[in-house]
Amino acid sequence: MTLASILEPYVGKTGGLISALHAVQKAHGFLPPETEAEAADAFNLSRAEVKGVISFYHDFKRAPQGKTVVRVCAAEACQAVGGRELAAELEKKFALKMGETSASKDLTLEPVYCLGLCSCAPSAMVGEKLVARANADKIVKAVEKTKKERV
Amino acid sequence: MAALTLYLPLDSAAVALGADELGEALAAESAKRKLDLTIVRTGSRGMHWLEPLVEIEKNGARIGYGSVDESDAASLLDAIAGDGKHKKSLGPVEEIPFLKNQTRLIFGRCGIVDPVSAADYEKHGGFAGLGKALTMDSAAICEEVMQSGLRGRGGAGFPAGIKWKTVAGAPVDQKYIVVNADEGDSGTFADRMIMEGDPFTLIEGMTIAGVAVGATKGYIYLRSEYPVAARVLNEALADARKAGALGANVRGSGKAFDIEVFIGAGAYICGEETSLLNSLEGKRGEVRAKPPLPALEGLFGKPTLVHNVISLCSVPAILEKGAAFYRDYGMGKSTGTMPFQIAGNVKHGGLYETAFGVTLGQLVNEIGGGSASGRPVRAAQIGGPLGAYLPPRLFDLKMDYETMAANGAGVGHGGIVIYDDSVNLLEQARYAFEFCVEESCGKCTPCRIGSVRGVETVDRIKDGVEREHNLKVLSDLCELMVDGSLCAMGGMTPIPVQSAVKHFPEDFGIKPALKAAE
Repeated sequence: MTLASILEPYVGKTGGLISALHAVQKAHGFLPPETEAEAADAFNLSRAEVKGVISFYHDFKRAPQGKTVVRVCAAEACQAVGGRELAAELEKKFALKMGETSASKDLTLEPVYCLGLCSCAPSAMVGEKLVARANADKIVKAVEKTKKERV
Repeated sequence: MAALTLYLPLDSAAVALGADELGEALAAESAKRKLDLTIVRTGSRGMHWLEPLVEIEKNGARIGYGSVDESDAASLLDAIAGDGKHKKSLGPVEEIPFLKNQTRLIFGRCGIVDPVSAADYEKHGGFAGLGKALTMDSAAICEEVMQSGLRGRGGAGFPAGIKWKTVAGAPVDQKYIVVNADEGDSGTFADRMIMEGDPFTLIEGMTIAGVAVGATKGYIYLRSEYPVAARVLNEALADARKAGALGANVRGSGKAFDIEVFIGAGAYICGEETSLLNSLEGKRGEVRAKPPLPALEGLFGKPTLVHNVISLCSVPAILEKGAAFYRDYGMGKSTGTMPFQIAGNVKHGGLYETAFGVTLGQLVNEIGGGSASGRPVRAAQIGGPLGAYLPPRLFDLKMDYETMAANGAGVGHGGIVIYDDSVNLLEQARYAFEFCVEESCGKCTPCRIGSVRGVETVDRIKDGVEREHNLKVLSDLCELMVDGSLCAMGGMTPIPVQSAVKHFPEDFGIKPALKAAE
């Protein structure tokens, strides 16, 4: 599908640009550079306006992400039960800093601010899979599972 | 084939603890036994330390089995086929004190009903409030909400009735209902739970609001971190339309109302109402200056009733049972019930709906059972990242808007994050600023720059660089952010910081002498 054809159904809808950007990202895994010009064209906005929206929201990525994205909650409820330590352990285990993608493009590690699993913290999200009372073992297992599912 | 129905939560917390895998194991095991098994995916009861919690109906009561995992599938089916005894049996779920002692005006159906069935909702008493509202005129509905004393549950605690009357009185054709479901506060999950477990309560509350203020269109602004809620809401909305509860002719009244779910894109600030409206218009989620109030100029400049999920979910009970019934719960100007969310380092974490006036200590120690680590509780943060850190010596404070405000804290959205004695409050104060750096929309300087300066100043205090001078700088900075910020993000970030300094001075290297001089 071309970018224009992904964007088109959202034109004229409430908040259409944001929904359209979600759709592009779903199809491509990130927002390719030409998204800016194409979306500006489709929504009759300036490129600056589109760029402003893309850069504002954490969800929108301007570079390809790892095949598996591990999001580790960095907020207070998780901090109260070792969230910071878990994040540090994962950084070591995967040899990545928070916000980085591995050279092989297999894995992205990033912080997330609250998954709403605060009563069974710490929590994380591995691909689409939610993990509560998380520890490094559980997360590594979930990562391996997503790898297997891709094969 | 013997028929068997099991109830298993689809709630994110249960799923994150293995409910989906358990469901698959139960299905596989029952296929082996040629059982005719139906698994109804419900919401959660809110006893998250017991998830996944499987239930079965026996003689009209729900019997529960808690913390069940895949490996229990076979023995659980054995137990159910036999005398019901199992090492993970909890007995009748509604007799568990955590649940039994609650007053569930909002969450009464959560964990019981099929969340995507309008028929099941109605069977369990749903739509009674809407039914009543459809016989009343706009002014009468608004007055009922006014009289109930309901205040906005998002954090600000503004009287809902005043907002409703303002929107209802605006003389234009197009108005909107917008639900703030951008529940980004750490330690809160009430919105998520009701949207996943009983979304029809929200749909009913929104529809009543639409009828009352003359809006025909509602939006649910949902954060992208809640994919389960998005799926359940959309399925429930489709079923509501099919059942005639939404659409051109709501329950045969001739009135029109419909709802759309809009997914945000990861921005804490969009929980602020004007930022949320900009985002819903497809723009950067930058805060707007107030006035104009959204009630008069909101979405696309039209009068808009913006409410938190729980505020609107409180409405069906108010209409059904009357303002006087609702007002009888709570204390003073904090009427009704609040779903408190007990989180962090706690033994019995979950959702506890009760009338305002319960003490913080009851929630932390009695209901929550103290810390999960077994170490002494040292602090509780009330009401999310912009809420105060309180020490145990203040745990006899009552949870209501006025008492909390008088003590430099706020009820917020009812979240309580518990910390044991391994917490360092200087680190938490630093994090409050760090979070503000990350999430500030950037429109006003006190928030955008102040938060960066805050991190630097806390670091200097930590390193012992001109500590007394920098504590003064910190205090000045907080004052400036409170007075000069455009919205609560910058205006309230000082609350966790200042409460940490005030109640835990030892973590900031403050000696008793300096403390006495203050």
